[in-house]
Formats: sequence, C-alpha cells, structure tokens
Amino acid sequence: MANAGIGQAVRRREDFRFLTGTGTYTDDIDRPGQVYAHIVRSPHPHAQIRRIDTAAAERASGVLAVFTHDHLAADGVGGLPCGWLVKGKGDKPMVEPPHPVLATGVVRHIGDPVAIVIAATRVQAADAAELVKIDYQMLPVVTSTAEATRPDAPRLHTDAPRNLCYDWELGDKAAVDAAFARAAHTVTLDLVNNRLVANAMEPRAAIGEYDRATGTHTLYTTSQNPHVIRLLMGAFVLHIPEHKLRVVAPDVGGGFGSKIYHYAEEALVTWAAKKVGRPVKWTADRSESFVSDAQGRDHVTSCALALDKDGKFLALRVKTVANMGGYLSTFAPAIPTYLYATLLAGLYATPAIHCEVQAVFTNTVPVDAYRGAGRPEACYLLERLVEKSARQTGIDRAEIRRRNFIPRAAMPYQTPVALQYDSGDFVANMERALKVVDYAGFAARRADSARRGRLRGIGLSTYIEACGIAPSDVAGSLGARAGLYEVAEIRFHPTGSVTVFTGTHQHGQGHETTFAQLVSEKLGIPIENVEIAHGDTAQIPFGMGTYGSRSIAVGGSAIVKAIDKIVAKGKKIAAHILEVAERDIEFKDGKFQVAGTDKAMSMGEVAFAAYVPHNYPLKELEPGLDETAFYDPKNFTFPNGCHICEVEVDRETGVVDIARFIAIDDFGTVINPMIVEGQVHGGLVQGIGQALVENCVYDGASGQLLTGSYNDYCMPRADDVPSFQVETNESAPCTHNPLGVKGCGEAGTIGAGAAVMNAVVDALATVGVTEIDMPATPHNVWRALKNAKT
Amino acid sequence: MPTVTMTVNGKKMSAECENRTLLVQFLREKQGLTGTHVGCDTTQCGACVVHIDGLPVKSCTTLAVQNEGAKIVTIEGLAKDGKLHPMQEMFREHHALQCGFCTPGMVMAAIGIVDRHKGEPTLAEKTVRHELEGNFCRCTGYHNIVKAIMAAFPLMKG
Ligand code: FES
Ligand code: FES
Repeated sequence: MANAGIGQAVRRREDFRFLTGTGTYTDDIDRPGQVYAHIVRSPHPHAQIRRIDTAAAERASGVLAVFTHDHLAADGVGGLPCGWLVKGKGDKPMVEPPHPVLATGVVRHIGDPVAIVIAATRVQAADAAELVKIDYQMLPVVTSTAEATRPDAPRLHTDAPRNLCYDWELGDKAAVDAAFARAAHTVTLDLVNNRLVANAMEPRAAIGEYDRATGTHTLYTTSQNPHVIRLLMGAFVLHIPEHKLRVVAPDVGGGFGSKIYHYAEEALVTWAAKKVGRPVKWTADRSESFVSDAQGRDHVTSCALALDKDGKFLALRVKTVANMGGYLSTFAPAIPTYLYATLLAGLYATPAIHCEVQAVFTNTVPVDAYRGAGRPEACYLLERLVEKSARQTGIDRAEIRRRNFIPRAAMPYQTPVALQYDSGDFVANMERALKVVDYAGFAARRADSARRGRLRGIGLSTYIEACGIAPSDVAGSLGARAGLYEVAEIRFHPTGSVTVFTGTHQHGQGHETTFAQLVSEKLGIPIENVEIAHGDTAQIPFGMGTYGSRSIAVGGSAIVKAIDKIVAKGKKIAAHILEVAERDIEFKDGKFQVAGTDKAMSMGEVAFAAYVPHNYPLKELEPGLDETAFYDPKNFTFPNGCHICEVEVDRETGVVDIARFIAIDDFGTVINPMIVEGQVHGGLVQGIGQALVENCVYDGASGQLLTGSYNDYCMPRADDVPSFQVETNESAPCTHNPLGVKGCGEAGTIGAGAAVMNAVVDALATVGVTEIDMPATPHNVWRALKNAKT
Repeated sequence: MPTVTMTVNGKKMSAECENRTLLVQFLREKQGLTGTHVGCDTTQCGACVVHIDGLPVKSCTTLAVQNEGAKIVTIEGLAKDGKLHPMQEMFREHHALQCGFCTPGMVMAAIGIVDRHKGEPTLAEKTVRHELEGNFCRCTGYHNIVKAIMAAFPLMKG
C-alpha cells in the first residue's frame, strides 16, 4: 500500500486491456440481431429541402427502413435541447432556434443530418444511402465569424436577426473607459482564435436497443457523461422516463469535449431500434466526424490593455465575436461567456475589465467546448497582449508580469470578472520556469541560432483556469439547466473488498487507477481490493460526467465524502463490538482503534460485521456498509501555471521548430504524478497543434469545408513536437475541497498556444514582423517574413 | 463472394467476404479481432496497423483478398502465455497510452521501428519521432510513446 497511495506513480490498471486489444469501445460491441444505420447528410452549407425521395433506397437490398424528419415528427420526437441559457445585455434571453434531430425545411451546415437508412449490413446501409434523392434549393451562405452580423449576411434562423444568438457583457465599462482615459500606455491587438476539430481518435458511435419484454431502451454511446445523455435524450427528445432508459458509455477513445454533447445519432438509433425491432448500430467514419462532431474555438477579438507609466495594468477591454455554427450545441452558449470572460483577469491584479461577446450563427458545424473551452481563448489574448505590452513599454516580459501578478498573500482574491481565486503562488511558478529554461542564457542561445542562420524567439505564458464549475446554485443563476455536483457510492462487500461507483467517466484519464489509489489510502485497504465502476446508468446512482478538469476535484471529493460516511458508520459498529464509547474509536491506516489501547478492528472485520450482524447494534444501526454521497463544490478550483517556449524559425522555409518547452503547473495535490504529467503532455500538444498546424477552414464563397479529412486538417505528429520538461508545484493546494486538488486535464492546452505564439512573434520581431495569427504554419510564417521584407 | 484464408496470430482462418472488404473489416467483423481500430478513412492515423508477413501495414489500406495466404499478427497476438511483449511492457511502464484507441496501431508500428533499426547500436529520438509520422495519438502528446519505444529498443535487441 505504501507505493499505491496518494502521490505515487502507480502504473495504470486500465493498460492491460488496452495493450492487448481487449478493451471494449462502442464499435467493438455487437448486439444479437444488430442492424446498421447510415446517416444521409447535407452536402450543402445552406439549402432549402424541396423534396426527399426514399423509394429507391427502401427497395435496395438489405434495407429495413429509411426515416426522415416526418417519421420523427409523427412520433412526437423533440428537438435537441440546449443545456445553457445565456442572458444578454439588459437581461435579454439568447435566441434558441429549433435544432431538429433530422433537418426539416432547411439544412444549415455541411453534415446536417437529413435521413437515416437502416440495413442488414454496414455496406448495404451505405450503398442504399446513395439512393436517397434529395432536391435542394441552394441558399446564400455565411461562414465567417466576422461577417455573420453584417446587414447583408444571409439569415440562418428567422428568429435571429443579424444572426445574433446573444450580445452579452461582463464587467464595469465606465471604470474601464475612465482608466483608458488616464493611461500612460495603451496596447491594442486584434486576433483570431482559429477553429479547431477535436479529433478524438475514436470516431463517435452509438448502438440503440429495445427490449420488448420490459419496455426498456438501451443506448451504448461514445460519451463523456452517460447520465447527462440519458437526462437530455429521455426528457427532451424521446420522452422516455429514466427508469426505462439505460445509457452505457463503455471504453471511450478520447473526448476533449466533443463527446459531452447529446447528438442526433444517439436519439436516432435509440428511436429506430424500437421502430425496426432490432438493435441499430451507427459508427462515424472520420469524414463524418469532421462534419458532425461539435468543433472548437472560432473567435474574432479586438482587445486593449491600459497601463500606467510603470507598466502596471489599469484596465482591459475585450470585444469578441464567437461563432456558434448552424445550431446551438448542448453547452455552446456558456463557452464564450462564463468560461471565457470570467478568466480575463488571468493572474493579474487588473482592477477594471470589461468584455463584450456577440455569439453568432453561421453555416458551419456547431461549435462547443473543446479542451480548455473558453479558457484557452482568454489566456491566448491576455498573454499575447501582455507580451506586446512588454515590447511596447520596453519592460522585460517577466518583469512586467512580476509587477502585475496577484501576490500569494492576497488570496482569496476577488477579480473584477466574478471569480474568487482561492490559492496559487503565481510568482513562484514563473520564477521556477525562468530558472528551468535558463532565461538569462537566452541571449546566448539566440546568438547561436543566428550563427546558424535561424531566428530564435522565447515566449512566456501564464494561465489560470476555473475548473469544476460550481456551486450548482450559482451555475443555475448563470443559466445552467443542470446541477454540477458529482456522485459517489462506496459499496463494501461482506468480505472486505469495495466497489466504488462514480458519476465521472474516463476516456483516457485513468480514473480506475487514480480513484483506486485515493480509496485505498483513505480506507487503508489494499488497492487490489478496490474496483472502480463508471459509465453505466444502470450501475451508477447518478453523475454529471467528465469534462472541464472536474473529475478529481468534484468526483474525487464525492468519493471522499462517501468514505467519511463509511468511516462514521464503521466507528459505531466497532464501538459496539469493542464495547467502548464511539468517541473513543479512532480510524487510522485501515483500523478502528480504541484510543490509547491496542484494541482494534480492521476495516475488513467491520465490513464483515455489517453484513453478518450477529454482534451488531441492530437497534440503532442498519446492517450493511454502502454509502452514497453527492458533493456540490463550494467554488471553482483554480489550476494555474507558467509555460515557456523557445522556437527556432527557418527564414527560408518558414518552418517553426520548438527548441524547448517548459511547463510549471499548480494542480494542488497530485494523486498520481505519472498520470498528471501525461495529461499535461497531451494538453500541450493540442495547444501547440492549434498554434502551429491545426486549422478548420470553410470556403467563404461556397461554404464548403476545406479541411474535411486528415489530408487537409493537419494533426500534430510526433515529429512536430518536442519532449517536454514539466513540473508541478503542490505548495498552494485548493482550500475548499477535502483533497486540495485542482484538476489537470486542460492546463496544457490553455497555456501552450500563447507561449508558442509569443515565441514565434519574438523570433519574427527581430526581422520586423510584429503580428501573426495562428496557426503559424510554414506558409503563414514565410508569407509574413516576405511581406515584412518588401 | 470469395473465400479468403490467412494465418492470423498463428491460427489458420477462412471466411467469405466481398472483394471490397478491407483487411481491417475482415479482422474486426469476420474474426472478432476488435483490438485493431479504425481512426480515419484516409490512411493517415495508423490506428489500424497490423503486421503482414512481419511488416507493419495499415490494415485499412489493403483488401482482405489481397492477403490470401498471408501471415497476420494483430495486437491480440503479441502477448505470449499472458506475458506482454517488451513493447507492450514499456508502453505500460512509461504511461505511453491514455484512452488506448491509438495504442494497438502504435505498438505494432513501434515494433516495426525497432525491427528496422535493430542492427544499429542506438536509436535516436529524432528517428523515432520521424518514423512515427504515420501514427496519430491525440492523448499523450507523443512524449511518453517516444520514451517507451526508446526503452523497448535495448530489450528487443536482446
Ligand atoms: S484507420 Fe487510419 S490509417 Fe488505417
Ligand atoms: S492514447 Fe488516446 S489517442 Fe493515443
């Protein structure tokens, strides 16, 4: 146990199945009598559906049925709901246009589902789908974020004039205006946060099944949060009560946000399984993922920072247009508001901040949370702006940050944008990063690069994120239509082993290991005796799932709370058996001990007594040892850190090489450092990917998706990225949850983009390039260099 | 429909399939070997890599009928008598997998990398990164995958 508890790099128990090909992902499951669905999708970004002719497809070999919107409507199937309501300026509710499961009347983005073909085999379904004839009348298109609100832009939804979903603000505009009026320096920046495709390596899949004998529906799906899908699909779309609907998310191959949302295909296979009387399976191919998984980012922003003569930040002003795509995905409205504007203070004591956000509809795939979700966008603009301020004022980039950081002594710190930070030592993290990178030696390294004909640059980025959205009542007042607590059940078995049921879900995070470490340590039982169960609504009491780096902070806290209940009950049982008062019992290292004596019972003995209650306080206490806890967080947690990147740019080819990358992160207490480092590595590469290679592009004129496969959407490969130096600082644990944990899933992605781009700009600034947008591909860099020269 | 016969993980297998059936579909759907994954439809991600006659190949880019008589090894065939292959061991030791979806293809490709350089005294990080070009991992950032392959190199050299 000594090497399996909190803080140990325990090797993962999930790995054996994944390394031997015995994991069970949704597409690996075959149900008896299963048939296959193929979705017919719009090839046009915006068009009127004049007629759908399914006759030929219905006659094709192996076809069981072809369904369109009319069939769903006849059964009273509802539209896909949005889970977050944002109120704009003057409390104006956002526009929430209908989001039908299958398009009716109009298609609004490439990939908008129009019909579903069900056939005996996968290829028969795909072949028959080719025979569905849809007569489209093309409509004018808008895909550009910046152009969506122009008066001449085509309107997507009748109830959304100027394609506006909402026009929202946060902060004190008057205070910001006043600060700008007296500022010694004003630094302005316009930037684009490029659209990304999440690209979890496992494409989405879903199997619907209906049991006539019991009237129960089952959905197997690639989801990060099976209970949320059950709630949304059951209550809003298919009107199935929750006790008749089971949702299973088995092994899931990555999510990064894209598997949070309730998607049309889930409702379609669940509904169709009952219609055709057979289990119905659908698996996306990658091209389909590109047009049907919610995408990420896509902001256009103007921002400005006001500084006094000493480089102290006085005020920040931000105006952002955020692209929602053709419809509202499940949590889309919350991302560029409550997960974005609230983070604009960053690590700095900027006294006044004002942010305006316009969310717009365009003929593009819906946008929602993608790893980091709003927070990378906030970090990116702030850190680009800070670095530009350093250049403009001539103050060193580290020094200007030092002058403006919120000191550790100021915690808890109320920002002007709603959040209250509880902990963090921002200065220490940056100083450590500067030391590890050898900041003082940068000039010499730059000179050395120059001798080799290459431009070297260094970039800093500091970030803070708010994880574990909380508390539920506050989230509710901000528009969340669900609670944001987490649930855990600890079920002791009579002979002392334990099954832990958690409402979180793993899709790469290794919860089966981390949570087992936690339970093993807290209950003092061997880790082999702990099983972690998740992902099945028939097994787990309830849960909100895994996203926003919430699992350890919220789910782990729920486990601790359930453990506390177990220990409290165990004390009563032990007191009875050992014939002492309850207050004399201490629980330590898996033993209930009579204080000051060697009289004790082990956890296992107490569990056995609870299930075989022969000598047991039956009058006061129920038998059994099984406790459930709901944990609603008191506040967000605030992981933070400092990333430093050094790049070398090839002047002839525009290729950017990352020479060094250092990440110093404060995640509070670390349960498994190996897993935490792995999360950082993966996050960093997603941030670097956005900065250097990834870009989701729609053609402005035709609205076609130009990056619809891996041929055109560049995924970061092993030789695009370096090895990393990562460290954690555990000296400032979270003050309001029982473990002191903060969460680590998104940090890498939040900090990396700004660090890379600041380094690229620093390298290019030496030859007169002052600004460049992401991604800094060789072509973009080469073009910037060329333009600067002429 | 033609019948295809091949040796998969040491066992002779025969099944009918359409001419257009890809090897990966044949393995997953006809043989129930779901360890080999499909991550794309453009031959880029490498989730589907298996060994055909000793060489790593993307099984989404070869037809089942092209492999008549071939010896195929999939991820399911690597561990012998419950003992992991050194590459699998090193992936576990160095936390080179998270969601596990890219893992089967990664491991098969990684063994190919080491096989190609077995005769050389050392294996450079740059070489490993370059030769991993055809395998995407969205979770690990490659850092630990590279570490695992470098660590497996001396073990596999024997
Ligand atoms: S499935 Fe992507 S390369 Fe084969
Ligand atoms: S471990 Fe998830 S894609 Fe590699």
